[in-house]
Amino acid sequence: MCGTCGCSDGENKVTIKNPKEIISHKHDHHHHDNGHSHNHDHHHDNGHSHNHAHSHNHHHERTVSVEQDILQHNDLMAARNKGYFEAKHIFALNLVSSPGSGKTSILERTLKDLKGELDFYVIEGDQQTMNDADRIAALNIPVMQINTGKGCHLESDMVYDAVKKLDIKDHAVLMIENVGNLVCPSMFNLGESKRVVIISTTEGVDKPIKYPDMFHTSDICIINKIDLLPYLNIDLSKLKEYALKVNPSLQFFEVSATTGEGMKAWYTWLKTNRKK
Amino acid sequence: MHELSVALGIVKIAENETKKAKAKSVEVIELEIGLLAGIEMSSLDYVWPSAVKDTVLEHAEKKITFIQGKAKCIDCDTVFNIKHLYDNCPTCQGNFKGILQGKELRVKALEVV
Ligand SMILES: Nc1nc2c(ncn2[C@@H]2O[C@H](COP(=O)(O)OP(=O)(O)O)[C@@H](O)[C@H]2O)c(=O)[nH]1
Ligand SMILES: [Mg+2]
Ligand SMILES: [Zn+2]
Repeated sequence: MCGTCGCSDGENKVTIKNPKEIISHKHDHHHHDNGHSHNHDHHHDNGHSHNHAHSHNHHHERTVSVEQDILQHNDLMAARNKGYFEAKHIFALNLVSSPGSGKTSILERTLKDLKGELDFYVIEGDQQTMNDADRIAALNIPVMQINTGKGCHLESDMVYDAVKKLDIKDHAVLMIENVGNLVCPSMFNLGESKRVVIISTTEGVDKPIKYPDMFHTSDICIINKIDLLPYLNIDLSKLKEYALKVNPSLQFFEVSATTGEGMKAWYTWLKTNRKK
Repeated sequence: MHELSVALGIVKIAENETKKAKAKSVEVIELEIGLLAGIEMSSLDYVWPSAVKDTVLEHAEKKITFIQGKAKCIDCDTVFNIKHLYDNCPTCQGNFKGILQGKELRVKALEVV
C-alpha cells in the first residue's frame, strides 16, 4: 500500500533519484498483489435457483469476511527489505525527527568521520528537492533521493526500489533519512535494523509525550544541538524522563552535529551494534 | 497526514475483496481501530470522501469498532487499561510494559452487493 504518492496525479508521484543520474520512477504499487487474503465467500444464492430468464440482478447483500491489516502491504515489503539486509549483513538505520532537528547534519558529520572505516549508503526522503542528497553526494557517498510529493513519510516499497538501485555491498551501513515528521513515519516500518529518533534542544522537553508513537518505536534517541544549551532554558533530564515513560529501553546520545561534541559515543554504538 | 495512506489502504483491500467476491460495490465496511493505533478520527473522516471517490467504497457506510488499549506490566504482570503509551502500571508504577491490544488497524468484513 502506498497512500500518498498520488499516482494518478503527475505532480505528486513518488520519484527516486540519484544526484548523478536522474531517474524518474514509476511507482507501481497497484501491481504488488500480495495474494494473501482469506476470502470467505458466502454465496447466499447457492440454495435457490433462478428460473426467470430475464434478470439476475437481485440486490443480494452478502457479507465477506476480510480480516486484513490495513498496513499489511507495507509490513510485507518491510519484511522483504529486512530479509535482504540480514542476508547481506547490512546495518540499516531509519532516522526520524521533526523537520530541522539535524538529521542531515548528523549524517554529514558521521559520514565524514567514519567513511574511512565503514561503507556507507544513504537514502534521503523529502517531499521535494534533491538538496539533502546533494549534501551527501558532496561527500562521495552513494545516495538516492526519494521525493514523496505530498506524502509525509517513507514507505517500505519506496525503500525497496531505492535499495535495488543502490546495489549495496555486504557489511555496509545504510542510513535512511525519513521525511521530517514526528507522527506519520512511526507507523511505517521500512525493514530497518534500528530506528533512531532525533530531537534537538530547541524543541521543548515534552515532545516525547506529545508525540509518543515515535519514541515508543525507536531504539535510540539522539539529542542534537547541545552547543545551544547555554542560550536555552531547557532541562534535558526532564526530556529524558518523559521519553523513558514512553519507552523505558530508550538509549540517549547528546551531541552537536555542528561542533562534533558527543559524537564519539554514537559512533561507538554504531560500530558495536552493526556487528550484532 | 498518514490517515490518507490508511484510507487508501482500506480502499485497496476493499477493491480486491469486492472483485474476488464478484460483487459491484460495498454497502457496509467494518473496521477495527485500536485507540493506540495513532489514527485521528477527524483526519480519517476528512480524507475519506476523496479517498473513496469512484471506488467500490464510494457509498459505503463505515462501521468502526474501537479497541481499548491494554497493557501488561513486565515487572508485576498486572494487566491494565491504557490511554497513552506513557501510562504506567497502576500497581507498581513501572514503565516497562507490553502492549496487549489497542494497536489494531484492520478491515474486518464487507457487506457487498
Ligand atoms: N547550532 C546547531 N545547529 C545545528 C546543529 N545541527 C543542525 N543544525 C542546523 O539546523 C538546521 C537544520 O539541519 P538539518 O540537518 O538540515 O535538519 P533535518 O531537517 O533534520 O535534516 C540547519 O540550519 C543546521 O545547520 C547543531 O548541532 N547545532
Ligand atoms: Mg534533512
Ligand atoms: Zn507493575
